Amino acid sequence: MLIKKPNDIPSSEITPEDAYLNRRQFLAAAGVVAAGAVVAGSISALPAFGESGRRQQQEEDKPNTWDEITTYNNYYEFGTDKEDPSANAGKFRTRPWTVKVDGLVKKPADYQFDDVVKPLKLEDRVYRFRCVEAWSMVIPWQGIPLAEMIKRFEPLPSAKYVQFTTIYAPDQMPGQRQRILPWPYVEGLRMDEAMHPLTLMVTGLYGKTLPNQNGAPLRLIVPWKYGFKGIKAITRISFVEKQPANTWQIANPNEYGFYANVNPEVDHPRWTQASERRIGVFRRQKTLMFNGYADQVASLYTGMDLRKNF
Amino acid sequence: MREEGTGKREAGRGGMRAAGRRRLRVSPGKAGVFVTCLIPLAYVAWKFWRDKLGANPIRELEIETGLWTLRMLAVTLAVTPVRRATGWNWLAKYRRMLGLFTFFYATVHLSMWTGVDWFFAWGDMWGEIVKHKYILIGMLTWVIMVPLALTSTPGAVRRLGKRWTTLHRLVYFAAMTGTVHYLWAVKKDTFFPLVYLAVFATLLGYRVIFARRRSRPAAIARSDAPVAA
Repeated sequence: MLIKKPNDIPSSEITPEDAYLNRRQFLAAAGVVAAGAVVAGSISALPAFGESGRRQQQEEDKPNTWDEITTYNNYYEFGTDKEDPSANAGKFRTRPWTVKVDGLVKKPADYQFDDVVKPLKLEDRVYRFRCVEAWSMVIPWQGIPLAEMIKRFEPLPSAKYVQFTTIYAPDQMPGQRQRILPWPYVEGLRMDEAMHPLTLMVTGLYGKTLPNQNGAPLRLIVPWKYGFKGIKAITRISFVEKQPANTWQIANPNEYGFYANVNPEVDHPRWTQASERRIGVFRRQKTLMFNGYADQVASLYTGMDLRKNF
Repeated sequence: MREEGTGKREAGRGGMRAAGRRRLRVSPGKAGVFVTCLIPLAYVAWKFWRDKLGANPIRELEIETGLWTLRMLAVTLAVTPVRRATGWNWLAKYRRMLGLFTFFYATVHLSMWTGVDWFFAWGDMWGEIVKHKYILIGMLTWVIMVPLALTSTPGAVRRLGKRWTTLHRLVYFAAMTGTVHYLWAVKKDTFFPLVYLAVFATLLGYRVIFARRRSRPAAIARSDAPVAA
């Protein structure tokens, strides 16, 4: 396993006795991902944030427990209750697994799981995870930067977007037998979002194989976007010219957009986005712009009206 | 709920009139209903205590207490139709208590939101109420129930007379707004909210049809006055 050392943190920020005032500034500057270091099986603490006064806030970005991450899931293919996926996904078959790559790409093919994952190095990344329902977690994922995977498919310059599709397997996914959402689930990213170093194709959790209820064998994580962008059990990756549809936007265009960037200033009709409940923490906390990854990703959206492109 | 409030036996007062003494006694039936109505709360509290509410227990507390409010309301509104259908008129004496327990669960539900979920952040909560229609209508539901709870004393029933009945018809309005609150709060799984909506619509429909029939001259004379037993 590769323990990725962040390469974009000034040494001043890693120094424990530095002058940084609080965790939020620290995180805004460095990002949990870049700062975070996970060791196989056991988690090392995030870099020290200072003295006792900051302990509470440090506590907030402590990774959630395995139990929390694997029993509180939105994965409607396995049921709409948070506990449904952990109860119903146990027998889901993740092997053999084919990923169909098609569209505007030089190497379209039906790849086997090992063909797309094995040649690349797995990385551990601790990311904040912010659900559109105003709850959040901190999750130690394991996966491959999506950019690395995409480069091997050699997309054509005309490819402006990437669309992802979840497997359609109603025999294994009870939720797909009901018309809760139009199945199969689809999601999309703009090419530059897909190629961003923070964007991760996830295959593991806490250094172990990704549990089925979390989207095994292959799921997307885009840490600055709401959780529903993180499509699970991906079986197709298409390179397209036009902005692809995404399932929640199809289901309810007034409430869910294509971009779905975490934005405390743009409220969802149902949930306030200014604050969030970190699972396991009693008090609500302020939601950060781009989920705290603004320094890394804000430039992707320069000049865009984020209120309109929600 | 005066019986419960002053339910202690006053054994020392031998000179008390027998009727007065009966007034103060809690009937076993009412005590039973009272305790039964507390079981859901005890169960939810137990689940919270034993960490059985999942990874987001605060959300679960809100959902559970909200659902029990609707269930309690459905039971309350079912009393009269069931009584008429079966002739079990003794059911009527539990109606007020059930209604007050509905308000009790609604208040616990609201307290979970204000005290636990938002931890008394009044400014933020105000923002929630104005921005999110499902919270607004939930709040409205609770507000509607306040005067109903306040006018549940025998004195208020007596003083209000016929207006009591009119005022308390608002409970059907609260049933509808409460269910819409639930419907708007869920994302896609609208099955159960629609079940509640159907239940309340049926109960309301029954009352409307019954009232129409009764208003015909030949109909059986029956008082719909509040039961103050």
